Amino acid sequence: MQDILRQLEAKRAAARAGGGTRRIEAQHAKGRLTARERVELLLDPDSFEEWDMFVEHRCNDFGMAEQKIPSDGVVTGYGTVNGRLVFVFSQDFTVFGGSLSEAHAEKICKVMDQAMRVGAPVIGLNDSGGARIQEGVASLAGYAEVFQRNVLASGVVPQISLIMGPCAGGAVYSPAMTDFIFMVKDSSYMFVTGPDVVKTVTHEAVTHEQLGGAMTHAATSGVADLAFEDDVEALLQLRRFIDFLPASNREGPPTRPTADPGDRVDLSLDTLVPPNPNKPYDMKELIQKVVDEGDFFELQPDYARNILIGFGRVEGATVGIVANQPMVLAGCLDIDSSRKAARFVRFCDCFNIPILTFVDVPGFLPGTAQEYGGIIKHGAKLLFAFAEATVPKITVITRKAYGGAYDVMSSKHLRGDLNYAWPSAEIAVMGPKGAVEIIFRADIGDADKIAARTEEYRQKFANPFVAGSRGFIDDVIAPHSTRRRIARGLAMLRDKQTENPWKKHDNIPL
Amino acid sequence: MFSKILIANRGEIACRVIRTARAMGIKTVAVYSEADADALHVREADEAVPIGPAPAAQSYLAVDRILEAIERTGAEAVHPGYGFLSENRAFAEALERAGVRFIGPGPRAIAAMGDKIQSKKLAQAAGVNTVPGYLGVIQDADEAVTIAREIGYPVMIKASAGGGGKGMRVAASDEAVRDGFRGATNEARASFADDRVFIEKFIEEPRHIEIQVLADSHGNIIHLGERECSIQRRHQKVVEEAPSPFLDPATRAAMGAQAVALARAVDYRSAGTVEFIVDASRNFYFLEMNTRLQVEHPVTELVTGLDLVEQMIRIAAGERLTVAQDDVALKGWALEVRIYAEDPVRNFLPSTGRLTRYREPTGPLVRVDSGVYEGAEISVFYDPMIAKLITYGADRDQAIATMRTALDSYYIRGVGHNLSFLAALVRHPRFAEGRLSTNFIAEEFPDGFAGAALDADERRRLVAVAAAIHHQYQARDAQISGQLQPAARNDAGGISSDLIVMLGADDRHRVTVSETVGGHAVDDGEVHHELVSDWQVGEPLYQGSIDGRTVSVQIDRRGIGYRLSSAGAEIDLRVLHPRAAELAALMPVKQPPDLSKFLLSPMPGLLVSLAVSEGEEVKAGQELAVVEAMKMENLLRAERDGRVALLHAAPGDSLAVDQAILEFE
Repeated sequence: MQDILRQLEAKRAAARAGGGTRRIEAQHAKGRLTARERVELLLDPDSFEEWDMFVEHRCNDFGMAEQKIPSDGVVTGYGTVNGRLVFVFSQDFTVFGGSLSEAHAEKICKVMDQAMRVGAPVIGLNDSGGARIQEGVASLAGYAEVFQRNVLASGVVPQISLIMGPCAGGAVYSPAMTDFIFMVKDSSYMFVTGPDVVKTVTHEAVTHEQLGGAMTHAATSGVADLAFEDDVEALLQLRRFIDFLPASNREGPPTRPTADPGDRVDLSLDTLVPPNPNKPYDMKELIQKVVDEGDFFELQPDYARNILIGFGRVEGATVGIVANQPMVLAGCLDIDSSRKAARFVRFCDCFNIPILTFVDVPGFLPGTAQEYGGIIKHGAKLLFAFAEATVPKITVITRKAYGGAYDVMSSKHLRGDLNYAWPSAEIAVMGPKGAVEIIFRADIGDADKIAARTEEYRQKFANPFVAGSRGFIDDVIAPHSTRRRIARGLAMLRDKQTENPWKKHDNIPL
Repeated sequence: MFSKILIANRGEIACRVIRTARAMGIKTVAVYSEADADALHVREADEAVPIGPAPAAQSYLAVDRILEAIERTGAEAVHPGYGFLSENRAFAEALERAGVRFIGPGPRAIAAMGDKIQSKKLAQAAGVNTVPGYLGVIQDADEAVTIAREIGYPVMIKASAGGGGKGMRVAASDEAVRDGFRGATNEARASFADDRVFIEKFIEEPRHIEIQVLADSHGNIIHLGERECSIQRRHQKVVEEAPSPFLDPATRAAMGAQAVALARAVDYRSAGTVEFIVDASRNFYFLEMNTRLQVEHPVTELVTGLDLVEQMIRIAAGERLTVAQDDVALKGWALEVRIYAEDPVRNFLPSTGRLTRYREPTGPLVRVDSGVYEGAEISVFYDPMIAKLITYGADRDQAIATMRTALDSYYIRGVGHNLSFLAALVRHPRFAEGRLSTNFIAEEFPDGFAGAALDADERRRLVAVAAAIHHQYQARDAQISGQLQPAARNDAGGISSDLIVMLGADDRHRVTVSETVGGHAVDDGEVHHELVSDWQVGEPLYQGSIDGRTVSVQIDRRGIGYRLSSAGAEIDLRVLHPRAAELAALMPVKQPPDLSKFLLSPMPGLLVSLAVSEGEEVKAGQELAVVEAMKMENLLRAERDGRVALLHAAPGDSLAVDQAILEFE
């Protein structure tokens, strides 16, 4: 017995030592924490229950039999974030460069399987050089086992990837299939083929950072949802983020107390929309004044900035927010913004998070770049996502809601539960000027006539009442009462039940 | 008494006049330009009349538009406020012709005091002190010495055509006058192609002190004591107070008597202000007379208990003054600061835009005169003053203490503002001592303003506030639904009472926090702080007391950290669990990118044009780009020679403040 205990202690010590002092120091020198330090920061103190500390790889080729380190390059288990259960795997770059062996993959699969059974999020902290090449196809098989679980877990439990080091080649596809990808600036990168291969094949000279750094993915490719300054910020922000998410698709969003009253009126919103219809304003101000305590957790703030997505809370419960941003491209929809918002809407729908949509959209962005890029199918994604969503949907039109984009933006016709308009709303097929130039094409040469017709059109359609008369708008609300009306609406919709017809799955235009 | 008056002004002063008129039972008419359709004075008045486009020349200065508004509304009198038409003789005369009462002095007094030279002559004739000097042309250095001796040293030699400090010399001896005469003459010739110079008394440590007068149309004239307005930035008053910490009763009486004499000499009627410059020996000299209500009139109101606007209205209606000179007693102390939409740390660059958050301080000793509200727009067309903050105290120290707290609680977001600078001013030891001069800002902030520096105790108290705030956030976060049973949580709700407050990578404070009945106790190892506050998570203002001192700290959450603003300082900090702080020490300290290589947009706006292309050599002073903001085109020039490496923006792009436009090699 004593002997076994001694052995246990020795093995635990070996596992905790990871790749050894030298490698740990090297990891720190790069400004990165070790796998265990990261888990420690992410979870509540002393809440981590580690599994599979004694797992070792089974490879005997290329001298690997002599190199065995307990845990085999990944730390796995469960713990809590503000008392709520989460499952974690954290790759250990100090052990074989965090490379994925068959055993390493099995450890990841084990937490994923358990997370699925009990219904709790899976958080992956990625820091891995890639496949364990010595193991060959066994390593590839390991990846595929993880991929399969990512797919099965998708929509069942939230999956979050935090990229904290290299993540290249096939390894990128596990994070790619999780719900959110966060990255750490200057120390993480993701790409399918690295700079060396790029150079050989296309002769492009590009750095790791340029090709797949955090800002590249946060601003250019849209792959990453957020980029953080360093490991500490990333992990503490991840804790804040998890507080917004339900544990699984079996639960509603979490709630927490707030001193911010649901019936708070905000008179300053009455002057948010400028009198000049072509003058932009910051939609973020509306969001911040509607959600509890002004706390809006924005996602993808640097990508497709013409649409805003993120989480907030109303009366303590999480809501997902989608909003056109008039400050950028006049808030119009394009390929990137449609994809960005569509994926977010589908996440909210998977996990029972009500969706608030703020609309000021003049239409779809015109141009060959958009048409050749397939705006038809990409725009359809957002339409599809809103239409299939069965969670509570509340929409507020602040100003423009023109044409097909009006339909897309969570309109009444897409089973919107509550569709409100501010008095400044203009719900129409298009802006007055464009409409008049089509309807009264013959008068185009006559400036006075066109002006008169434009004014006539504006009087008739550039207001919320035509839509209101058809019941497409449930009410015209004072901007200052927006939070109160939304809070009441969410309370009314709390037990909403709607089901889509049975199907194996839908066929969203990918 | 009038039944309806029109206020030919906007902003805080229009609101100020409306307030008194309403209290007197008089209906009010506001006028407004297109830019002011949603302005506060329009909302507060009983009636409002649009008078034209945004530029003042086409609206607030358009006499005929205002006359039309008077006719339309039937207003019987007009209060002009300050600025705009308040000292416009033609306007006063036009009203007279229209049979409408002007709430201000008669056209003759306006005209007489509106002319610098004539007013000085009038003042001399009325026995008012003027700055001794010789206004004639001086032939040579010998003559200069003779004149200087007559005036008495020190003297100032000034170019007749001067400006901007060029051709100016101070001399305290015969020798210095000879040198100065030659130097000033040469410089004047070089700068203005005009070598005429004159000599006047040089005022050492000059202070700006002014006397408020009130005169009715029955020949009764009194003065209401003084206001000191020495704290100025580029001749713009920033801080004003009443009384002056410098005057003794005898000087006050003498200045008051001269001010009254001048008012009598021009048949003055209504409220007016006689401005003096006062030297270190309390010699005072006439500067000019303002024939209107002054911006800083509230400090006089607070120490005299009189409503100056009410007095003006009653005088205009022909009533007699009900206060005699002997009834005027100055009681307590009042301080006023002007809150401008300008960014003190960016060399006071004007700021415009929407007041996204706006909350005024309140309290029995606090008065705020403002013309804005949360959601209002600070427009580029008018004066950038947001509001005036006035505090009162039994003595100067109390007025200053109240001012400090009020400034700390004044919450403005969306546009840049000078609150931090004002806080630094009123906390300055020299200000507390009352050693003021019009050079105060130039002397005490020679390199501009980069935020106030906190002393060790102040930092310590901010650290304690940060810890208390964070502790409360932790406690709230630990109340989230869906938690595991305590055994599995392995932690007392995730709340740590041991915290590290990190103000910077090397500036860490270890504290222990515990909850108390009224707030928190924070122990930093040396000092045990008691914090009392009813602050709740999410509120932008932490108000209460720390160790018995009043504290007001503004909180902006920034990711996992906080930005705390108090006492003119802004501090970014994080509050971490000790283990997290230990790990945070391993994080690399990231150098902010070297922005000197970039041309940054100084304001949000539209990039109209780029004058250079990539690879181009540029010389210092060369035009680089034009940024349009609020219909104003701003020309950006190269600060030094260099070569353009990269263009980061293209014409037509909208730019955020500090967004890179181009990059140098």
